[in-house]
Amino acid sequence: MSDLAHAHPQPHPAPDHGHASGHGHDDHVHPAPSNVLSKYVFSTDHKVIGIQFLFSGLIFFAIGGLLALAVRWQLAWPWSDVPVLSRALWGNPSWGYRMPPESYNKLFTMHATIMIFFVIIPLLTGAFGNFLIPLMIGARDMAFPKLNMFSYWCMPFAMVFIIYSFYVEGGSAEAGWTSYPVLSVARWATPGSLNGQTYWLIALLFAGVSSLMGSINYITTIVMLRAPGMKMFRMPMTVWAMFITALLQAFALPVLTSALVMQLLDRTAGTNFFQPFGHTVANAPPVVGGGQTLLWQHMFWFYSHPAVYIMILPGMGMVSDVIATFSRKPLFGYKPMVLAIAGIAGLGFIVWGHHMFQSGMNPALGATFMLSTMMIALPSAIKVFNWLGTMWGGRLQFTSAMLNAVAFVAMFIIGGLSGIFMAATPVDMHIHDTYFIVAHIHYVLFGGSTFAIFAGIYYWFPKMFGRMMDERLGKIHFALTFLFFNGTFFLMHIIGLHGHPRRIADPTLYDFLNNPAVTGMNRFMTVNAILLGLTQLIFAFNFLYSIVLGPRASENPWHANSLEWATTSPPAHYNFERIPTVYHGPYEFSVPQHATDYLPQTEPRPPQAGPIDPVMGDA
Amino acid sequence: MRYWSILFALAAVFCIGVFAYAPFSPNWWLPNPPGEPHHVVSTFGRDIDSLFLIILWITGVAFVGTQIALVWVAWKYVDGPGRVATYFHGSQRLEVVWTIIPAAILVFIALYQMGAWASIKFRGSMPKVQPLAEVTARQFQWVIRYPGPDGKLHTPDDLYTVNDLHFVKGKPALIHLRSTDVLHSFFLPQLRVKQDAVPGLTIPVWFDSDRKGDFELVCAELCGWGHYKMRGKVTIHENQSEFDEWHAKALAEQNRSQLAVAAGPNGR
Repeated sequence: MSDLAHAHPQPHPAPDHGHASGHGHDDHVHPAPSNVLSKYVFSTDHKVIGIQFLFSGLIFFAIGGLLALAVRWQLAWPWSDVPVLSRALWGNPSWGYRMPPESYNKLFTMHATIMIFFVIIPLLTGAFGNFLIPLMIGARDMAFPKLNMFSYWCMPFAMVFIIYSFYVEGGSAEAGWTSYPVLSVARWATPGSLNGQTYWLIALLFAGVSSLMGSINYITTIVMLRAPGMKMFRMPMTVWAMFITALLQAFALPVLTSALVMQLLDRTAGTNFFQPFGHTVANAPPVVGGGQTLLWQHMFWFYSHPAVYIMILPGMGMVSDVIATFSRKPLFGYKPMVLAIAGIAGLGFIVWGHHMFQSGMNPALGATFMLSTMMIALPSAIKVFNWLGTMWGGRLQFTSAMLNAVAFVAMFIIGGLSGIFMAATPVDMHIHDTYFIVAHIHYVLFGGSTFAIFAGIYYWFPKMFGRMMDERLGKIHFALTFLFFNGTFFLMHIIGLHGHPRRIADPTLYDFLNNPAVTGMNRFMTVNAILLGLTQLIFAFNFLYSIVLGPRASENPWHANSLEWATTSPPAHYNFERIPTVYHGPYEFSVPQHATDYLPQTEPRPPQAGPIDPVMGDA
Repeated sequence: MRYWSILFALAAVFCIGVFAYAPFSPNWWLPNPPGEPHHVVSTFGRDIDSLFLIILWITGVAFVGTQIALVWVAWKYVDGPGRVATYFHGSQRLEVVWTIIPAAILVFIALYQMGAWASIKFRGSMPKVQPLAEVTARQFQWVIRYPGPDGKLHTPDDLYTVNDLHFVKGKPALIHLRSTDVLHSFFLPQLRVKQDAVPGLTIPVWFDSDRKGDFELVCAELCGWGHYKMRGKVTIHENQSEFDEWHAKALAEQNRSQLAVAAGPNGR
């Protein structure tokens, strides 16, 4: 019984704690840097770096959102003057400020690129991963603080390149966020492939290097720097999710990096990886040597399918913590939840071909990818059932964080179920590359990841900034976001199954789409999208106002158990005055015969509470 | 606090309502000929649609069940005076139940649809017919090359059309799909056909229709600034003689214009 082994807390735990040894940490408390530059800008403090990722992610969230609104405007009222943006972005009076079709392609390309590589991944792993991992496992900082600083300072290069690409000749990339060759490598194939695509590739390379350094740091920190008593199976789900996500990144990113370098060489150095022998596009001189167009798709999706899980697993972890805390109840099936995340990650490596069912890949290969894709729905289903089981019999407190977490569960169900349609290869034949897939990805990445990000911000804001956010504004923001989100994205399933292709600038050109129903739905979605965008102003106000003027937060405002709540808000530079000792898992809520309904990980379980179920629980 | 569950219920009701209404409107449901919203014109379109409906029912039941559970717990177990959360860490029995049942359903779906996929896309199961045409996608048009009077492709008497695909009702049509520049995708929404056109590959695609009429050919893979207007017309003729009539007329037109322009030595 590990609980008994820790019955007498020792100031310096015995060496038999192995990796988790607290030795040395207590002795090496570095003073906080006094220089403003090294304290807030080139900081090696994981908390500052996390908040840097948070701010840059939220700024890019606004940019990506505005691009999406311009996309929506064009779909609802094709070729009409977009308010403000028309004159700012494609201000050509000779065509009456109408959006050129290549600008439409740029909008959705850059919307997806920014949201995926500059918002969701940096927010989930960069902001929350950095801020939370050392605090939740009871470490003073990351294992490699300087590497962590470099990991953040790679991002500004990526950001500068991606924003600068709008201003190069031909404008930004417009081959979709998937950048399929030949469109992306043949420089004259479309205006954005002239120069913009090169900047796109360089920006992604920088973002990838940033992620890779982060993931190495997370893995090492979690393996090496856990506080005494913090066994792997006592870590909060957030840390587990970040750990497995970091493994996914570490193994998948090298493949994307090589693919990006190959495309960059094709574009700049005259190699030819992705075009067939002697191929020519738009009357350009024929290429020398021969390559394979589908090679890019295999390499890209070998990273980018796991990337979909990189964008959802941390959210799942965070939501698990939020739901357990505000259900005042132990997480239902802690170990199955960990195994489900590991299962998703493992299967995530063998499902990439489901993006290529209609690509010309051997259809027999499609059948095997179909089977693995079907099976990946299973761990996702298990997670949903476990979240419902966690809430079942609890004492639910609908704070802003909890509401966003429950919305994550509700919306992730839709995103998960719609995936089954596309996993079925014959059905995919019809809905592939239609708005059905657009609906699916937004139910996962907005309904899932983004609600998880909101939940995480509302939940950990007091710890990050030492002040509370306004709950009333938080709830108004949640209710409106939830309604307008569904209004924006649900009908995409319908127009998708009606055959509305994605990435077309003007659906009214097609007879089967040019009818009042489809046009009406497109307009309804656009109006909802605009309202969804406006609703975020409430969040921005609440966030910025609360940083400056919010009421001071106590150490543990939500009465949660995990270690980040065992230190001050915000934590000192060295996180913990003394490295805490951990006695049990993070989900000991409502323990019978205990005075309070929570039991921090730093306090032993009362003996009368009995042993924890070793198969299900976090013992 | 408990009224938050109504918001979640509202979203679920909206989602169910949308899918309950969709089959009753031809512009909401799967794209089918005007006036016959539930008539799929192609043979494998019927397989695809029935599979779609099976998955829609299965996921629909899963959706309704989980949403009811979610709304119920949000209503029932909300914080209130005197409420105490129960203390338990899970149930092995439940975990086993909700692992095995979804696994069985998923394996069922996976195996059930394998046959349809094989019969549509595997080369071995394609109809053994002479190819109707070679379809070459390029920015931003579909160049379609039909065999001429000699019945063979790639001979000097071939007929070329742009964005104009013709075939005969009730006869399987086999095309060879190519691309000369970037990726495109051959998408016939009413026939449930989709296949990417890949530079360097020639991909056989087959389809048929049990109904004459005019449909649309869409490019479903981003191919550049003009992608949105890469649209073709599909004409399905009532019988072979009607097709032959069109073919002869188009060929005469083609030869006439060629004579007028250049009058090449070998008729090319």
